[in-house]
Amino acid sequence: MEITLRELVTSIHGMLFGGFFLMALFGALVLLLDWNNPDRIAGDVSPERPAPRWQTIYLVAMVAAGWAAVLSGAYMIYPWYRAVAPTGADLALYPQRLLMSHPTTAGWHNFGMEWKEHVAWIAPMASTMVAWVLLKHRAAWNAHRAVRTTVLGFAAVAFLAAAIAGGWGAMINKKAPVQGGQSIQLMGSTK
Amino acid sequence: MTEIRLVPQNPANGPVAAAVLSCAVGCFLLGVLAVAADGSKRLAATLNFYHPSGPLSGVTTVAIALWLVCWAVLATRWRNRSLAFGKLSAFAFLLLALGLLLTFPPFGDLFLGR
Repeated sequence: MEITLRELVTSIHGMLFGGFFLMALFGALVLLLDWNNPDRIAGDVSPERPAPRWQTIYLVAMVAAGWAAVLSGAYMIYPWYRAVAPTGADLALYPQRLLMSHPTTAGWHNFGMEWKEHVAWIAPMASTMVAWVLLKHRAAWNAHRAVRTTVLGFAAVAFLAAAIAGGWGAMINKKAPVQGGQSIQLMGSTK
Repeated sequence: MTEIRLVPQNPANGPVAAAVLSCAVGCFLLGVLAVAADGSKRLAATLNFYHPSGPLSGVTTVAIALWLVCWAVLATRWRNRSLAFGKLSAFAFLLLALGLLLTFPPFGDLFLGR
């Protein structure tokens, strides 16, 4: 059982970094909705108390996964995706050219990838802000309803942006997978 | 012994306002730069910081740099201030929505007359 280097890196980008980021963002949204509960805020006798350690680790890991996803996507996978194919080359190794080579698949690049490659960056930017407010300014979160509503809104937009980017990425990679590079053997042959 | 801590009733919202507004500005600039680079070959070439990734590298690097600079400046200026958060929030959401819309290719194409 083998996998190529490009397939492995693409899997790490999408399934490890992107997948964890998307799930963690959803978890953070649930956490924020719970913290937005007026009863909970009234019961928080020490609003300036630092966030529990597990919440700090969770939010920092979420933000790190978001940045890892966009940076690995833009600087490792996107160059493989958009590489210019030499004349007569097998287009299977050049996903953008493969998609653009036929009118029925060109939209996956012209619409899908064009949207994904930019909208994705909104997610880690917004989630960085959300995590920073929750970890550093819990007192302001507890004191101001407008702060809570705004931060929740930005977290929801971050989730939406990550979902758009992740969804398009998965679909584009089904139509024209990023592949090639050194083969890595994961398991011995069963035969 | 029970610890008694004095907690301000209304902590300054300036640092949060700085974080929210700068994030919205960064997202808006990302959208503006994405559309501008798509419409101008000259700007696209200028933003081609890392050739294998093309103009995307410059678009995102510049937007992130401006976001962080904006955040640092506003955080310093608003450190101890309390602002009208409702109005600031509405403006921030407007910028964020525009940023999101500008990354949507058909919306960007409208601006470029395509």
